[in-house]
This record gives sequence, C-alpha cells and structure tokens, in this order.
Amino acid sequence: MSDTFEIVRYYLQYPFVRYALIVGVLIALCSSLLGVTLVLKRFSFIGDGLSHVAFGAMAIATIFKLVGNTWFVMAITIVAAVLLLRTGQNTKIKGDAAIAMLSVGSLAIGYLVLNVFSTSANVSGDVCTTLFGSTSILTLQKSEVWLCIILSIAVVCMFVLCYNRIFAVTFDENFAKATGTKAGVYNLLIAIITAIIIVMAMNLVGSLLISALIIFPALSAMRVITHFKGVVIYSAVISVVCALLGMLISIVYSTPVGSTIVSVDIVCFAINYVIGRVLRKS
Amino acid sequence: MAYITCENLLLGYDGIPVAKNVNFTVSPGDYLCIIGENGAGKSTLMKTILHLTAPLGGTFHLGDGLKPYEIGYLPQQTVVQKDFPASVWEIVLSGTLSKSGFHPFYSKAQKKLAMDNLERMGITHLKEECYRNLSGGQQQRVLLARALCAASKIILLDEPVTGLDPKVMTEFYQLIESLNKEGITVIMISHDMHAALQYASHILHIEPENSFFGTKEEYLLSDAWKQMQAGGVTNE
Repeated sequence: MSDTFEIVRYYLQYPFVRYALIVGVLIALCSSLLGVTLVLKRFSFIGDGLSHVAFGAMAIATIFKLVGNTWFVMAITIVAAVLLLRTGQNTKIKGDAAIAMLSVGSLAIGYLVLNVFSTSANVSGDVCTTLFGSTSILTLQKSEVWLCIILSIAVVCMFVLCYNRIFAVTFDENFAKATGTKAGVYNLLIAIITAIIIVMAMNLVGSLLISALIIFPALSAMRVITHFKGVVIYSAVISVVCALLGMLISIVYSTPVGSTIVSVDIVCFAINYVIGRVLRKS
Repeated sequence: MAYITCENLLLGYDGIPVAKNVNFTVSPGDYLCIIGENGAGKSTLMKTILHLTAPLGGTFHLGDGLKPYEIGYLPQQTVVQKDFPASVWEIVLSGTLSKSGFHPFYSKAQKKLAMDNLERMGITHLKEECYRNLSGGQQQRVLLARALCAASKIILLDEPVTGLDPKVMTEFYQLIESLNKEGITVIMISHDMHAALQYASHILHIEPENSFFGTKEEYLLSDAWKQMQAGGVTNE
C-alpha cells in the first residue's frame, strides 16, 4: 500500500500529471451536473452523438491544420447541439433517429478524412487516440488547463444561477412554458453547455467514452437519492471521486486513462444499484 | 368583463382544421367543462388557452386583468415524471418560478406561498417525500398545489382524474369544487360526462361544425346533449 502512495507522490512531482488531475476533476464535475438533466430529459444519447460530431470536426481540423483547433471543434459541436435540439422539437425526423444519423455520419466522415488526407504514418494510432483519449490528457499545455478552468467555472456558475429554472424545464417543460418560463432559452443553454463539456472532455476520455462520464454518475445517484438537489450533489461527488480514482489507478498501473475512469464509474454504479435495492426493501 | 373570450376560433393541428366556429367565454367564478371526442380539438384548445400555440383562425382575448401566464395548469402525467427524483417540496416550489423575475433563487414570499398551498391541498406531511413514490391521487394534489402557486385566479385541468380509482376521483372532484367555491375559476378538460354535469356551471362541447357553449341547464336542453344520450355515451 505504501508503495502505491510512493508511486503517486513520485508522479505528482510532474506538472503534467497535476494538470491532468485538475482538468480531469473539473470535467467530471461539469459533466455530472449536466448529466442529471440530460438523463431525465431522455437526452442521454445527445452526449454520444455530439462527441462523434466533435470527432469528425477534430479530424477535419487536424488535417487542414486549422489554427485554434479547439475553437473550431467547439463551434461545430455547438451548432450540432442546437440543430439536434431543434429536430427534437419538430417531429419530421424523430430526435433519436436524428442523433443516430448525425452520430454515425460524422464518425464515418471523420475516419474517412483522416484516412484519405493524413500525412501521419500511423493513422489507426491517431484515430485510436482521438476515440479513446489515451495520452492527450498528459500532454496538456498550461493555456489549455487555464481554458478548462475558466470554462468549468462558467459552467458551474451558469448551472447554479439557472438551477431552479433548469429543474422546472426538466420536470415539466409544458408547465414551465405555460407559466412564462422561456423553456426554449434554457434548452438552448443546456445544449451549448453540453457541447462545451464534450469538447473539453475529449482530451480526458476520448470521444467514444464521453457519454459514460455524463450518464453514469447521474444514474448511480438516482438509484439512491430521491430528490433533485440531492441527486445533483451526489452525482457530482461520485463523478469527481471516480475520475480521481480512475486517473490515479491509470497512473500507478499505466492503464488507459479514459477506460479506467469509465470502469470505476461502472463499479460505482453497481454498488449504488445494490444500495438502492437494499434501501427500497427496508 | 370575462377572463377569456373566444370568437370563431378555428382549431386544428399541423395546419389541418378539426373544429371551426368555437365560441365561448370564461368569467370569474365559472366552472367550465370542455368535452368532446378524442381528436375533437380539446388539447389544441388547451394549448391555445395556455399560449403554447396560436389558433389557426379566429380571436382569443384575455380580459379582466388576467395576464398571459397567469393560468395555473395541471397537465397530464408525462413519461419523464414517472421516475423523476424530485421531492414534493421542490415540485410545488417550482410553481412559483414565474414570480422570480430575474432572481436566480426563491424568495421567502415564494416559499411561504408554496407552504400555504401544500397546506391547502392537505399534503404538508408529504413535503419531503419523493414524488414518484406517491399514489396517483397524492401526485395530482402535488401538481394542483404547484398550479395554485403559479396562478391564484384561474386553473386549467387536463383530464385530471385519469387513472384514479373511484373514491380518490370523487375526493379530487370535491377538492376542485371547494376551490371553485373559494372563487377560483376552473376550466376542466374531461371525458367524464357525469362529473361534468354534476360539478360544472358551463359546458363547452366541441364538435367539428357546431360546438355547443352554454350553462349546464342550457346544455341539458340542447341537441348536442340529446345526440349524446341517443349514442349512449353517458352510460359508460
């Protein structure tokens, strides 16, 4: 056990490890806050769809060597988020079909672009990195860390200030609209924040595993807690603890960061599921 | 002066009209029951009253100091709400949201209003309970308390007794009746003819061509009522 602590302490000397931990915790916090709303609004798959869009955008940005990579990806993802929410409302193409379409579409285009135009010798390695985020979390620049901190603060502030309205819109959108809450504005806000979080989280877990970060903490918390505020707080705690634990495990045993965090989330969900069962019986 | 005045309203969805020439008024203290077959345009009319959709044609006026968004709404249950982790208190308090203005958090007055309405519905003891664990009747009381937080003059109920057992249903109708006697105007969309004739003061029977609107007494003399009886619909 003391060996493990030694190893952790050893790695913590390096700034890039500390950056990774800071960014990881912040992303986990933000994604869990929004996750509760997305899961309850039956939008769990929006995270998945948007992350694939982000992958496609990332591929295009990499190939054409666009300056300000992150900004380009973020802009595309936000546009996709807004479009997805729109189709959800007018029912020509059903929301879930639209998400599935956009999701596989951008995955295919992203891979195609990378394959055809790539100058790198190791295309499948590049793709794997983008999809599973294996190493990019450890190569963060200081500016990226600051960007992440600022965006996280913005997301948390926005969530706290709009908390009551987000609750109302999530629980009963028609009632909220009928009593004068501009539900459209808050849906838009939720979509934009989701897009921002997904682009941030691509570095941590890669674009395939992002939805795990969004839905697992929320679902775990909902097994045990029965009121909204409690669910939000508990899922934030679960998310941060799991992310931290996952990153430490991956440092010590040199496993891939993203999949380790998600595995810890799965274990946590199982534990909460059992606790929920026991609580309900007694 | 009436709260709501509708003239020559054309109802429909996706641009296809289903009922035309719908005329009615709602005055303070009324208890209006809106009846009609499935697809007659009841839900569309409800959305129009709530300002969620614009009517296809005709005019829709609010009067007597009633502002848009001052109609308390008791919706039908949605799938989302069935497993929603929310306490009774959080839901009732969310009814006061329209009184927040630009404030991000609830004020003391809003909390008091929510507390008063919990008491009014007799569910103060359920305050910390989880909504999804309540019985159907209790859930309706929670949503009614929320509606009363949003509006003090007029409430709109959309098929409020669906899925309730007969005893709870009667209790719920009596609750609505007592609210109406306190001076709250009630608009109820219903399938339940018996209840409509027992409790309502006015009836709006939506038909594709000639919708009926009038007092309950007038309705019992009308053609619409005679046709209903001939069809045996009242005996269900």
